[in-house]
Amino acid sequence: MASGEEDGTVEEKETNNKKRTKGTIATAWLTFYNIAMTAGWLVLAVAMVRYYLQKGTHKGLYRNIAKTLKFFQTFALLEVGHCAIGIVRTSVIVTGVQVCSRIFMVWFVTNSIRQIQNEESVILFVVVWTITEITRYSFYTFNLLNHLPYFIKWARYNMFIVMYPLGVIGELLTIHASLPYVRRSGMYSLRLPNKYNVSFDYYYFLIIVMLSYIPLFPQLYFHMLRQRRRVLHGEIVVEKDE
Amino acid sequence: MKHYEVEILDAKTKDKLCFLDKVEPNATIGEIKSMFHKSHPQWYPARQSIRLDPKGKSLKDEDVLQYLPVGTTATFYFRDLGAQISWVTVFLTEYAGPLLIYLMFYFRVPFIYASKYDFTTSKHWVVHLACMCHSFHYVKRLLETLFVHRFSHGTMPLRNIFKNCTYYWGFAAWMAYYINHPLYTPPIYGEQQIRLALIVFLFCQIGNFSIHIALRNLRPPGSKTRKIPYPTKNPFTWIFLLVSCPNYTYELGSWLGFTLMTQCLPVAAFTLVGFIQMTVWAKGKHRSYLKEFRDYPTLRSPILPFIL
Repeated sequence: MASGEEDGTVEEKETNNKKRTKGTIATAWLTFYNIAMTAGWLVLAVAMVRYYLQKGTHKGLYRNIAKTLKFFQTFALLEVGHCAIGIVRTSVIVTGVQVCSRIFMVWFVTNSIRQIQNEESVILFVVVWTITEITRYSFYTFNLLNHLPYFIKWARYNMFIVMYPLGVIGELLTIHASLPYVRRSGMYSLRLPNKYNVSFDYYYFLIIVMLSYIPLFPQLYFHMLRQRRRVLHGEIVVEKDE
Repeated sequence: MKHYEVEILDAKTKDKLCFLDKVEPNATIGEIKSMFHKSHPQWYPARQSIRLDPKGKSLKDEDVLQYLPVGTTATFYFRDLGAQISWVTVFLTEYAGPLLIYLMFYFRVPFIYASKYDFTTSKHWVVHLACMCHSFHYVKRLLETLFVHRFSHGTMPLRNIFKNCTYYWGFAAWMAYYINHPLYTPPIYGEQQIRLALIVFLFCQIGNFSIHIALRNLRPPGSKTRKIPYPTKNPFTWIFLLVSCPNYTYELGSWLGFTLMTQCLPVAAFTLVGFIQMTVWAKGKHRSYLKEFRDYPTLRSPILPFIL
């Protein structure tokens, strides 16, 4: 019986060791990922500031940063994977929706409809995204390193209050600006008759996307507000004890 | 005969909601639910979930008090399942929609297509055939709901009717719009393709119906017994040798046939989504068969023989 107990303990130790190793690998990867993403968006921020200082205009700025923006925003698809395999404890669906809406804006609106690339609304949402992502990724990085400066935490849970609506305005204005060009070119659209007996009108699809912001944006916004209250409320309790 | 005392607590707050004394030992959970309903009229029995453990499984209406692992003062926990609606009502509504909606597109009711096409009919005979098949399919479903199916549960949550109707009605409109469109393109391989599709469709409709009858006959009227289904004399039921839920297998086959017949991408999309949902259901059913019956045939797969 005693040896049986020992075997059990040995097996337990092995499983615990495996779990710990997996946890360490996950933490190492996530730390690397978040540092890389913070760096990427910092590079974007610097590039945008330099361009504006040198040229004095926002015209041509998008073209200048397009490759970098596309690279780092697309890389964010990995975050859906992180949730799916469980190394990040967030809903796959929430992350999926957020990343997909970014990918959509970058690839299917701004990248493919060249005529709107110099619009002010594009600069608006790119600037908002850059500030938001630098804050977010550095927050995750410091969290993983267990050294979270208070101002990063403050930024993460307060800046969105202004950034989120500004970003939405930038995105909506951009999509709206693209509508006449989409209609004229008939891009991404399929007309009848065709052998699949289906049709798709990108123009009306974009209008539906714009309308979908009405139910979706408040949900995401209030989700963040609730998170903020939870984090701040927790802080108040700790202070009282001290 | 010793009487029981029954107290019902809220599963979340543990508040005492109801106390019943002098309950007969042979009282069923269903009868207890009726008694609870008297003191809380807003919670009709169908929306009550009564369990022994706050986080445990719901007890069945047929369970008898004295055979449950409780003392003479029994404590039950209550969860509100929310507003309920009967399965029959949901099925009838969700199936009547596609039947009527498709016909509206078929007859080219005004405001759908350009006004010069109002009340005209398609020049392609496959469009008429498709209408007959689609209508037949939903009439069959309505009649089965009324006369064939024996439901385990009386009710489901009310919000399901909105979800289900959006799904069925939405897809029906999307399909019907293109099939009955003045610019519809008939199948590439013409008569051959349509004939094969019709054979597949009819074969699977008969198959699906045969399975529904076989399942009905497993269960005496008014009962909720569960037995392992086996092949009968009807050859369409021999698929039970290989599959736990052949009704879903045949349903998939019917819609594949309809997709082939109409060569319409929305129909293919509907078939795919339906297949995914039915696979989830079939896997669940297969798992509960395996749990409930020790001697469940090992050759069977949930929905696709040997594959899924």
